[in-house]
Amino acid sequence: MYQYVLKRLLLLFPTLLGAAVLVFFLMRLIPGDVCELRMAGTGAYFDKEALKICQDELGLNRPILVQFWEFIRGYATFNFGDSMYTGRPIVEEIVLRFQLSLQVAIMATITAILIAIPLGTISAIKQNTWIDYGVRAFSIAGIAMPSFWLGILIILGLLITTKSWFGAAWMPPIQYRPLWEDPVYNLTMLIWPAVATGYRYSAVATRMTRSAMLEVLREDYVRTARAKGLLEKIIIRRHALKNSLLPVVTVIGIEFAFLMGGLVVTEQVFNLNGLGKLFVESVTNFDYNMTQALVMLVVAVFVLTNFVVDVLYGWLDPRIHYR
Amino acid sequence: MKTFAMKTAAAFAVGAALALSAGAPGAAQAATPKKGGILKYVVPAEPPSFDGHRETSFALIHPIAPFYSLLIRVDPSVPYKSGNFVCDLCTEMPKPTDGGKTYTFKIRRGVQFSDGTELTAHDVVATYQKIIFPPQGVASARKAFYVMVDSVTAPDPYTVVFKLKYPSGAFIPALANPYNFIYSKAKLDQDMHWYEANIMGSGPFIFDGREAGAVIRGKRNPNYFHKGKPYLDGFEAIFAKKQSLRVQAIRGDRAAIEFRGFPPKSRDDLVKALGKDITVQESNWNCVLIVTPNHKKKPFDDVRVRRALTLAIDRWGGSKYLSKIAIVKAVGGVAFPGHPLAANKAELQKLAGYWPDLKKSRAEARRLLKEAGVPNLKFELHNRGVDQPYKIVGTWLIDQWKQVGMTVTQRVQPTGPFYATLRKKKDFDVSLDFNCQAVVNPLLDVAKFISDDKTGNNYGNYQDRELDKMFDAMNQEPDPKKQRAIMRKFEKRALDEQVNAMITLWWYRIIPYRSYVKGWYISPSHYLNQQLEPIWLDK
Repeated sequence: MYQYVLKRLLLLFPTLLGAAVLVFFLMRLIPGDVCELRMAGTGAYFDKEALKICQDELGLNRPILVQFWEFIRGYATFNFGDSMYTGRPIVEEIVLRFQLSLQVAIMATITAILIAIPLGTISAIKQNTWIDYGVRAFSIAGIAMPSFWLGILIILGLLITTKSWFGAAWMPPIQYRPLWEDPVYNLTMLIWPAVATGYRYSAVATRMTRSAMLEVLREDYVRTARAKGLLEKIIIRRHALKNSLLPVVTVIGIEFAFLMGGLVVTEQVFNLNGLGKLFVESVTNFDYNMTQALVMLVVAVFVLTNFVVDVLYGWLDPRIHYR
Repeated sequence: MKTFAMKTAAAFAVGAALALSAGAPGAAQAATPKKGGILKYVVPAEPPSFDGHRETSFALIHPIAPFYSLLIRVDPSVPYKSGNFVCDLCTEMPKPTDGGKTYTFKIRRGVQFSDGTELTAHDVVATYQKIIFPPQGVASARKAFYVMVDSVTAPDPYTVVFKLKYPSGAFIPALANPYNFIYSKAKLDQDMHWYEANIMGSGPFIFDGREAGAVIRGKRNPNYFHKGKPYLDGFEAIFAKKQSLRVQAIRGDRAAIEFRGFPPKSRDDLVKALGKDITVQESNWNCVLIVTPNHKKKPFDDVRVRRALTLAIDRWGGSKYLSKIAIVKAVGGVAFPGHPLAANKAELQKLAGYWPDLKKSRAEARRLLKEAGVPNLKFELHNRGVDQPYKIVGTWLIDQWKQVGMTVTQRVQPTGPFYATLRKKKDFDVSLDFNCQAVVNPLLDVAKFISDDKTGNNYGNYQDRELDKMFDAMNQEPDPKKQRAIMRKFEKRALDEQVNAMITLWWYRIIPYRSYVKGWYISPSHYLNQQLEPIWLDK
């Protein structure tokens, strides 16, 4: 087990290096740079000298391999550098956003689990009944509906209903306060994006739970349990559900990692100052340093989440051994 | 459907009436300003750094301008009037001496920076030295605005003297540029880049914190030199990239105002939803989209083809219909419509593309295309990936050109690659470009049209020495009547004879905001009048 953990952790480094090479060179294929963008402000006078000063300051005029070496050396010494757009340390820029994204990801995951596992299980047990059809329609709608669109509907719905019920339109806050500072305010803001993304997330997981459960319910050991006269409740809970969770855990793991940096549009709909929004801004602002840091962070989150999922497999299915 | 339309129209009528009443000069001043409250407003982007001298984005002005004072500024009580400049840090607007070549400003006494140190003429001089004559390695985005300045000195701690190389009508408007924050000489001496990451001014508000990507906060400056102001306890500039969210934020009262401007549809939605709780102010906007043919590419090196391009455009009709869906409205020439140097309607109608007879204009366009050997001209319009108003105007132009037999496709690029194409690759056929200025200063603003080796922002790849001469003559001519006469010749050459580039429609600024916000007046630029000290909340 320890050997396996060590091996998986060591694998993180070549994965990160591969991502570093890719992101570094791909970003530089896009025409333009952060300095040119800064000078686009008014479309008016464009000072070539100011442009050169800016490019010199940021090291953009140096040979590309020198820039790459500086980048790798910085990461090797945990010096992530400064944002090319704001000039602030990368770590400072990411910390606040990371905690917000993490909280939304956790809340959305909890929402998804709370919806998906009971619904998926019931749907499988009641296969081809109106309950099953209802759950399937609900989950297909979740997959078909982009979460940002649902987000827009939620905001509009809140504005319209509060105006008609209470006389004043209300919408969720657009500025973040950490959970430990003001829990009510925090949850008032984040519950909506968590629901919007959690619904889509749950739709995928519901369908996965249902199909895995159907498969397990047809296994010989379930038939044996029924033949023994065990109560259906016990069969489902003790024998079927746990075994059907393996693919569900995989889906949940992948979705969780995706939520950490992939809520690009949803974050903008709710004005969440999270990693997804920062990601888009850093790419559009040609902030190479920030984009590289975010890609590395997301790769690390993906690798670690997959690792946690692999470990969970062993707990869910004792037949799995790590070597 | 009919009922809905009637309701919408009625709601809009109410809103428009409110706008007219609240937006009219003096209307909001009728009430006594109340002190207190925090103004929350949304800003579409985050500023790159805090240094106004270096940056060009409005995203810097909206959250940062309230921390600083200026030497002179556009009058915040009538910002919609062109050329109305008043002192901010100076005591009296100076009259030029030495044949219009020397301006002597007296500086207020007792003005303090937020660290408690006194602001003197030496700080003003250090600031303008940085802007006009930046030392090596220091970027100044607008130093070209001050080509007429010979020196800036402080003979004593309360006097600043600007000596010009020649008298210039462009000097005072350039001096009032809202980016010219007055910095502390001590801080600049310590580090010329200090203001990129720090904020310390003498404006109505003191910096109270920033959350990366989220908000910048300011609190009232108790020692502000305009006594009794600001009225607000503070402000929060909230960054919100998506326009729909900014509109909803005002609707849901998470923010009271957005100072850049919304399209007509958003205004109508807010008016319909909020009725008397929303006020709208509107103004012509000192920004314009310009059709820029690439003179280095055939057949756009042929003036007949360029002339056909402009003759095909129905600006008068476009103004009527496009203004319903986009932030464009006024028909104008090279100078901001309504400015004394701008062409009036009769003068405009003599220029190609502005003729009152559209049929005649388009017939002439077809004739010219045929004569130039490209009766079925096909080309690509290069455009910026911004909806308002770029993509809308671009799509409209394609239809206009189709009317005379041209086939045009549109290539839309995000801002970075868009400018890389204009500045480096230069491989476009025809591009949309924009000119957006703060202080209305047509003498300098028309630099967009002079030769590309004389200005940094002409992307048409042409040289026109006649225009260059006229530009210099205009800028060195003290008599406004003569300036205007040269401007007409300049305009005739740029838009009609050579058609180096084409003006589309001037932008139109629409600001719907919560009616409890008082004391703020719209200006022709989203860069102006953003110190926020006259604003108060009627809550």
